[in-house]
Amino acid sequence: MATSTLPLHRSLAIQFRVIGALLMREVLTRYGRHNIGFLWLFIEPMIFTLGVTTLWVATRGLYGTSNIPIIPFAVTGYSTVLMWRNSASRCAKAIEPNLSLLYHRNVTVLDLFLARLILEIAGATTALVALSALLIATGWMELPADVLTMVGGWLDLAWFATGLGLIVGALTERSDAFERIWHILTYLAFPLSGAFFMVEWLPKHAQELALWVPMVHGVEMMRDGYYGAAVKAHYSITYMVTVNIVMLLVGLLLVHKTKNLLGSE
Amino acid sequence: MIKLTHMSKAYQTRQGRRQVLHDISLCIEPGQKVGILGRNGSGKSTLIRILGGAEQPSFGTVYRSMSVSWPLAFAGGFQGSLTGLDNLRFICRVYGADIDRAIPFVEEFTELGVYFREAVKTYSSGMRARLAFALSMAIEFDCYLIDEVLAVGDTRFHDKCRHELFEKRKDRSIILVSHIPNQIRAYCNVFYVLHEGRMERFDDVDKAYEYYSLQ
Repeated sequence: MATSTLPLHRSLAIQFRVIGALLMREVLTRYGRHNIGFLWLFIEPMIFTLGVTTLWVATRGLYGTSNIPIIPFAVTGYSTVLMWRNSASRCAKAIEPNLSLLYHRNVTVLDLFLARLILEIAGATTALVALSALLIATGWMELPADVLTMVGGWLDLAWFATGLGLIVGALTERSDAFERIWHILTYLAFPLSGAFFMVEWLPKHAQELALWVPMVHGVEMMRDGYYGAAVKAHYSITYMVTVNIVMLLVGLLLVHKTKNLLGSE
Repeated sequence: MIKLTHMSKAYQTRQGRRQVLHDISLCIEPGQKVGILGRNGSGKSTLIRILGGAEQPSFGTVYRSMSVSWPLAFAGGFQGSLTGLDNLRFICRVYGADIDRAIPFVEEFTELGVYFREAVKTYSSGMRARLAFALSMAIEFDCYLIDEVLAVGDTRFHDKCRHELFEKRKDRSIILVSHIPNQIRAYCNVFYVLHEGRMERFDDVDKAYEYYSLQ
């Protein structure tokens, strides 16, 4: 089956070049050169998070968020949802509009997904950092207690988003039914993702159930980092890493199986 | 050199597995001009994709020791909202080619003028064809895959294409796939007929054409 083989470092160099080219292309096609252009990449999620935060502040009490400050709670929660949801949604049905690019031998299906994932994760990360900086500078938010732990939680969620994106991207390519189910799943997963609650606030048996949800661990870790001793966070790094490795492998396997696409034109 | 050894290709369809190419073995040497005749649906495009590496065979092997182009003048790869220049940049990035060196050639060849910096969706089909051809010529390959390219464009365009491909690059290999025998007669020196996924080799174009017409 094998065609000519290249040494790994050459292959990697080509891969990086191709992903870079796809990134530039994606930015231009999505945002064009008009107005603020690619700045939308992070301004859009920023405004989103800011809007939701405002709503939460206005309706506070409904959530019974105990006595911790609600603004950072909304920011740390909602930005994580945006990251995994947008990453996966951008991968859904991502191949079809780019199908003809696969005629270039070095462009693979994985590259198409990775370019989109990098863009979404970079956008979500910039949005979180910029929004936090803004709110901290204006005094609406305190400085985080432990930035490194926050970064750990965020990296976990970015990794999770990558695996999820590959799985969703590959499955939506195979089945239109899955694309519809995926939309329903995102809405159902949204309130379960840990953005709206902390595990500590739940009844004991619900806590155990909540800790089966992978996103909950990442969000808990981020809040552990932000609030420090003010909250009691529940998360297991072992569980996070295990889930992420499994999802990434399943995702890569599914993408690898997504071949012969040009033949179906 | 490109070498196919007992290569077969099958696709999974709703009606079950469909064999598109059957046990093809062939060898393309540097500098050879190979013409492949085949009717619509004979498996030409699948073969081109496998030769170019856009697809993998189901059985058998593909060995490639020269660089092979994507199917030439293939206009489907354009993103309508990008300009001709953006599309050129993308191609150069993917293949690691020097963009600044490619720009003057493409501008000159395509004669797009100001449209070179306008969105491709505003182009006429002739303009698209010129851009597509120029993009493939902007990257140097050892072997060019041509899938019915000369079916589009006017005489002037054909002359320019011929000059770029068959005169300036006459040392390269060319694989020309067509259902028009005259094109193959004009440019090739090795002939194949592809019929229902099987390849038959001929050294003489008239014998190839005779076999082709009988199908």
